[in-house]
Amino acid sequence: MDFELTKEQQMIQQMVKDFAEGIIKPRAIEIDKEAKFPIDIFKEMGELGLLGIPFPERYGGSDGDTISYAIAVEEIGKVCGSTGLSYAAAVSLGASPIYYFGTEEQKQTYLKPLAEGKALGSFGLTEPNAGSDARGTKTTAVEDGTDYIINGEKCFITNASFAKTIIVTALTGKGDSGKDIISAIIVPTDTEGLTITSNYDKMGVRGSDTAEVILDNVRVPKANLLGDPTKGFKQFLYTLDGGRISIAALGVGLAQASLNKALTYAKERKQFGASISNFQAIQFKLADMAMEVELARNMVYKAAWLKDNQKPFTKEAAYAKLFATETAFRAANEAIQIHGGYGYMREFEVERYLRDAKLLEIGEGTSEIQRLVIARQLGC
Amino acid sequence: MDIYVLLKKTFDTEEKIVVSNGRIEDDGAEFIINPYDEYAIEEAINQRDEHGGEVTVVTVGDEESEKQLRTALAMGADKAVLIDTEDDLEDGDQYSTAKILEAFFEDKEPDLILAGNVAIDEASGQVGPRLADRLGISYVTTITALTIEEETAKIDKDVEGDIEKVEVPLPVLVTCQQGLNEPRYPSLPGIMKAKKKPLEELEIDDLDLDEDDVEAKTKTVEVFLPPEKEAGRVLEGELDDQVKELVSLLKDEAKVL
Repeated sequence: MDFELTKEQQMIQQMVKDFAEGIIKPRAIEIDKEAKFPIDIFKEMGELGLLGIPFPERYGGSDGDTISYAIAVEEIGKVCGSTGLSYAAAVSLGASPIYYFGTEEQKQTYLKPLAEGKALGSFGLTEPNAGSDARGTKTTAVEDGTDYIINGEKCFITNASFAKTIIVTALTGKGDSGKDIISAIIVPTDTEGLTITSNYDKMGVRGSDTAEVILDNVRVPKANLLGDPTKGFKQFLYTLDGGRISIAALGVGLAQASLNKALTYAKERKQFGASISNFQAIQFKLADMAMEVELARNMVYKAAWLKDNQKPFTKEAAYAKLFATETAFRAANEAIQIHGGYGYMREFEVERYLRDAKLLEIGEGTSEIQRLVIARQLGC
Repeated sequence: MDIYVLLKKTFDTEEKIVVSNGRIEDDGAEFIINPYDEYAIEEAINQRDEHGGEVTVVTVGDEESEKQLRTALAMGADKAVLIDTEDDLEDGDQYSTAKILEAFFEDKEPDLILAGNVAIDEASGQVGPRLADRLGISYVTTITALTIEEETAKIDKDVEGDIEKVEVPLPVLVTCQQGLNEPRYPSLPGIMKAKKKPLEELEIDDLDLDEDDVEAKTKTVEVFLPPEKEAGRVLEGELDDQVKELVSLLKDEAKVL
């Protein structure tokens, strides 16, 4: 056993922390308030190689590992949930599937610009009637000569308004057993028939772009099919397993930020003639928060380590996502409580952490779905 | 150009300083590159990119200093040298460091040596000038701009907020002031490549020095924290009365007049 981060991981942590505190943090309140996607920050993150951490150099990546990537998401999440979410989605959902399942040509054409941070990618899975139940997918892709013609509607798609490519899941036929076959197809966003609108007025992660995608007779070459045409469902389950590690890391970041703010405030705030950090009612909250943050981080690191070592990690990624995101919500809630009336004000930031944390319990598999995943892994 | 950077690791600025038994506790403390040294690294990289050559980052420290050296390599330096004094030097001072560096530079021919203006821990600002003196080369402290043309360095030197223009022949040692440049963040590919760059580890033995040669010339008598800052006071009333009150407070209470 070795709980120490490697020198590279420590350096990445320091660098991302410095970058997050220097560049993102001063704008976090504004990003939330204006609900404006900070595209310029993503450009800088791309130049630093942050968008390519878990991909090899030959595909424009930085040759890092999943642990380094999780560390980076946590550090960004500590200062800005919106930026953290868009970052995690760009890497885990927009780029990773091409790395996992793409052909060499697809990787050179579509993964490289994403890993180099020159473009953003999206993942279009959710539909108005297909959320937790992805088998309810209605979007279709019909073969027509050497092309697919795609029709359908996707909703809540992170980063889509700023994406160069969207990986769209669609029904491509029926298997031998009569079950629908779901495939994943890479759709460049400049393709005719694609309409992307971003009209959502969200509770949290307001600066992260969320869009609706309408596909109206969108024609893409068959060569854009990603991976095995019959295994689209399995592929996106694997993709989501990986994505859960990053959402969990984002939860750890928000939870740690909540703890930091609450602890600092509790030491400064005086009531009844003493700092409120002297009172057990406050101490117990802080102790619970600190413990849960550490446990959540350990689970994230373990899930990431399993993935890096090519071991099964489905269950552990679900543990991490479930526990870290619920920890984030609890920690943000307690941070507000410790701040009292001030905590309810935007300026003190902890109310934003709560709004941001709520999304993490929903996106990339709700807490309930995580429990289902775990139960299935237990053999239920 | 053969460019060298003198680097020191210092306490992270976020660390709380704790003094016990007359010493600063550094167990478990986080260390960073001395912020002024970051200007030196950035400038070295820029000068190399413009004029060619190689940037070597040197530190006198301990095993743990490798992290800061690797960070400098990740920013873009080419080579690093760690002179590990942990086993040989109990309490070094600026004399010790300058002496060790002098020995290190004995067989080298640097064109340019860059250091931070001061280290944020002890803030002596001594090592750079002392080293230049020992090496018999020119030095300019607190620089805010550097242009090298042929064999001449054209330098802006910060003098308490004003600028002095200095021209000096190479080789020269400069110490870097805030405003010189904006240090880059090490990029991810930079970090990954840093582990493959050469990092040489030396002890003072390797420089033909004995413990006695580098023994500190100064002695630390006492280490203490500054007194806690007390709350300020805002004077009220008519302006004339306020002035009178202020003067009497400065005289009788603060005793600065």
